[in-house]
Amino acid sequence: MTSPADHEELTRRAFLEKCAEAGAHTFLFGSLFVTTAMMRLPQEATSRTVGPRGGTAKEVIYGFVVDTTKCIGCGSCVRACKAENNVPDGYNRTWVEQYTFFPNGEVIVNSPNGGENGFEDDLPERNMPEEIGQLPVRGFFVPKLCNHCIDTPCIQVCPVGASYKTAEGVVLVDPQRCVGCGYCVQACPFGSRFLNPETNTADKCTWCYHRITKGLKPACVEYCPAKARIFGNVNDPYSEISQILATNRVQVLKSYLGTRPRTRYIGLDSEVI
Amino acid sequence: MHHYVTEGYVLPNQTHIYWTTMIVLYPYITGIVAGAFIISSLYHVFGKQELQPVSRFAMVMAFAFLLFATLPLLNHLGHPERAFNIMFTPNPTSAMAGFGFIYTAYLAILAVEIWLVYRSDIAYLAHHAKAPAMRALYWVLALGVTDVQEESRRLDHRVMLVLAAIGIPAACVLHGYVGFLFGAIKANPWWASPLMPVIFLLSAIVSGIAMVLVCYITVQKVKGRVIDTACVQSLIEYAWYSLIIDVTLEMLELVNHAYVGNEDWEILKQLLTTKLFVSMFLVQVLVGSVLPFFLLGAVVVFKDRIAAATRHNIGLVGGVLLLVQVLAMRWNVVMGGQMFSKSLRGFLDFKVDVFGRDGLLSAVALFALPFGALFVFSNVLPLWGSIATDPKDRLSERSLDSVQPRRSWH
Repeated sequence: MTSPADHEELTRRAFLEKCAEAGAHTFLFGSLFVTTAMMRLPQEATSRTVGPRGGTAKEVIYGFVVDTTKCIGCGSCVRACKAENNVPDGYNRTWVEQYTFFPNGEVIVNSPNGGENGFEDDLPERNMPEEIGQLPVRGFFVPKLCNHCIDTPCIQVCPVGASYKTAEGVVLVDPQRCVGCGYCVQACPFGSRFLNPETNTADKCTWCYHRITKGLKPACVEYCPAKARIFGNVNDPYSEISQILATNRVQVLKSYLGTRPRTRYIGLDSEVI
Repeated sequence: MHHYVTEGYVLPNQTHIYWTTMIVLYPYITGIVAGAFIISSLYHVFGKQELQPVSRFAMVMAFAFLLFATLPLLNHLGHPERAFNIMFTPNPTSAMAGFGFIYTAYLAILAVEIWLVYRSDIAYLAHHAKAPAMRALYWVLALGVTDVQEESRRLDHRVMLVLAAIGIPAACVLHGYVGFLFGAIKANPWWASPLMPVIFLLSAIVSGIAMVLVCYITVQKVKGRVIDTACVQSLIEYAWYSLIIDVTLEMLELVNHAYVGNEDWEILKQLLTTKLFVSMFLVQVLVGSVLPFFLLGAVVVFKDRIAAATRHNIGLVGGVLLLVQVLAMRWNVVMGGQMFSKSLRGFLDFKVDVFGRDGLLSAVALFALPFGALFVFSNVLPLWGSIATDPKDRLSERSLDSVQPRRSWH
């Protein structure tokens, strides 16, 4: 026969054992749940039947083509973007890079002020190192912006779900939710994101979401005098962008990282990274 | 917000460094937590008796550092008032989203474990503390149960054992996770590596052991108490072995970068030979790794052939060097990864501010907080031994004031 004290001791022990058991189960199943959730969670805000370019035939899926062979480096796109989106000084939602090649294999890349004022006063040969001492053999401009990747590293790492993707494939930030940790800025391989010093939240190119949802073009596309930027619905086979994508060889930036950018380039050079 | 001096072509949005001193400090603090906890578990779970003198202190130290581990992060956030979003709306694909849960769980485990370890003492003090206010405090801390029976004490011990056993993987997760935060960033060639969590964990263990070692020797010396040489010897050995594995992996990472020679190696090579040369090769490798390797190695190899007092001094100096090594490693990882542009064509200079939110002063002040907490704890609970009534317990805990002679370390 057990004494009351023993009995109490046993039940307490049993209780604690149950607690430990429950704790272990919670830990195991919790980690299992998180693991499976991480493996299964779709990157798209809505996962529906997948069409040829990542959406159903009826859905609007936006795409962007940069034709580097047409860019003249005027900087209109950068100015238009800054004005349209109130981008703070020292930061860029879009920018233009100038690549200049010299006979000895030297490549100079620059983007003074993001190319906002064009490149007239900043030709690299004027600042050319003495040892090069030759005139450039070729050069071109490369406009850059957010790639609105299909498999975005920035959305993947956002701890609070403030970065998200719309059904049209546009990658956006909810400034009401963003905690300003800067992890997405680190995770973006293209330098497309920055922490806005006025809002202290992550900021980036939205493809002018406020415009495109009203049927307008992004500001940079609207203002490009050389038609180097093409924007549209890639699910509409008759759209300009679909025609261009159907008749050109296109590339994406840093394809080896597997982020599957929706911004595609015509005429990229291997020096462009 | 700074505008940094740049060289070469830096992408327009990368002319600022966002993660600075606070993000260097954060893994440094959690690392000390993980290492100290492992030391205390070596005694509590694995029965390494020689570590008994520091087992309680190590546990409380882990707790003190853990209490402030979130402060550097909060101080760095653009919107600290939204910090709890990380638990309210966590994004399951984000490694960072795990932080809130891992941290909370670990804090809870540690708190309960410390309570169980100290329960007898708290109960004793609830009756015997001098000031009535303190007796009331201990009564609250004891949750009203001031009569601790032998039977329940054994049960406490078993529960504590289970918790410590859970605590070890939890400590590893807490810190391995920090390494994963960096290692999983494929955009940054200086960070992206599956070795990163392992390196972070091992350097965490190194820094935790080193901090226990330095604090133990310093406190004993200042208080004029005996230093347990067997304990110091054991701590030095664990620190030395951990250091060897840690530095081997760090160098493996570097050699791998150089040998594989991907397109990013060109810029990493320049980074290492210019911006990181002093902090990496002089501080982290030479002063922080090679020097303590020989210093502590001598103690490990020659053991008793070196006088106890000399070993204590080597332990103190070596411990400080290891703390420098790990701090430099955190700096080199966090800052190194941001001193070159993702254009792989340009560099940024970084200078630490003295004042300001993420300045040197605020980092030092923040790092002093856990020590302040330790001081407060030391006035409430005995960090170095037990004052419980059980003579057997007292003997096994080797209450340093009563059992051992004073100042014999001379």
